[in-house]
Amino acid sequence: MSLQAVAFYLMALVSVVSALLVVSAKNPVHSVLYLITVFFSAAGLFVLMGAEFLAMLLVVVYVGAVAVLFLFVVMMLDVDFVALRQGFARYLPIGGAIGVILLVEMVLVATAVAEHGAAAKYAAPLAAGEISNTEAIGRVLYTDYLYLFEAAGLVLLVAMIGALVLTLRHRPGVKRQNIAAQVGRTPAKGMEIVQIKDGAGIPE
Amino acid sequence: MITLPMYLTVAAALFTIGVLGIFVNRKNIIVILMSIELILLAVNINLVAFSVYLHDVVGQIFALFVLTVAAAEAAVGLAILVTFFRNRGDIAVDDANLMKG
Repeated sequence: MSLQAVAFYLMALVSVVSALLVVSAKNPVHSVLYLITVFFSAAGLFVLMGAEFLAMLLVVVYVGAVAVLFLFVVMMLDVDFVALRQGFARYLPIGGAIGVILLVEMVLVATAVAEHGAAAKYAAPLAAGEISNTEAIGRVLYTDYLYLFEAAGLVLLVAMIGALVLTLRHRPGVKRQNIAAQVGRTPAKGMEIVQIKDGAGIPE
Repeated sequence: MITLPMYLTVAAALFTIGVLGIFVNRKNIIVILMSIELILLAVNINLVAFSVYLHDVVGQIFALFVLTVAAAEAAVGLAILVTFFRNRGDIAVDDANLMKG
C-alpha cells in the first residue's frame, strides 16, 4: 500500500469517526471539537486530491471562523444539554435505518456513475503542472465567474448585517455614555458659584 | 491508487452521518446546525473529487461558493438561535410554536 493510500484511509477513517462523535457526543463543546477534527481531515483529503487552495480555505473559514462561532454560542448559552438529549435513543433506530438505506443508495449510485455513468472517463488527478491550483482557480474565478464571485460577497455582507440586526438589542434601564451631552457641557452648566455667610450651611 | 469512488464513499458516509445527526438530535438545534455543516462538507468533497478526477477546475469554484453559503448560513442560524434563546430562555426546538405555524 502506497503512502498516499495510507494517508487516504487514515484521514477518511478519522473524518467518519469524528463525524459520528459530533452527532453522538453528550457535551456540545466536544461536538464542536470533533467538528474541527472532521474539517481538518477533510482538508487533508483535499490536499491529497491536489486542491490545496480549498483545503486552506476550509481550515481558515471553518476552523478559524465557523467552529469558533459555534464554540462561542455553545459556551454563551446557559442550556441544560442533558434535557435536550431526550429522544436520542428513541429516534436512533429509525434514523439508523434511514441512514443505512441512504448510505447504500448513495454508494451504489456514486460507484455506478464513476465506473459506467457520466464520469466513467475519469482519469488520475493531474500532477502539479506549471500553474498551481490557486492560480488555476483564480484564472477561472475572476474571469468567467466574476459576477458570481461578487454575488458571493453580497451574500456574506447580507449575512453579516442580518446577524447583527438579529442579535443587537438596546436594553432599557442601562446607563450609557452620551457623547453629545459630554461634549456640550460648559463651565456655566457644570458648576454653580454660591455665596455663603459665615456659620451658615449651604441651603439645598 | 486512490480512485474516485473511494472519495465519493467518504462523502456519502459524511452526508449520511449528517442526516442521522438531524434525526437523533431533534431537540438540540446547535447539533442540528453542526449536522448541516457536515452535510455541506460532504457536498464539497463530492464537488472537489469530481473536479479533480475530471480535470475541470469549475467544480472547485462551485465548492468555494458552497463554502461561502455555508459560512453565511452558520452565522445567521446562530444569530437566530441567540435571539430565540433570549426570548424563550431555552433552545428546545421541538416545541417552538411562537408563530403557530
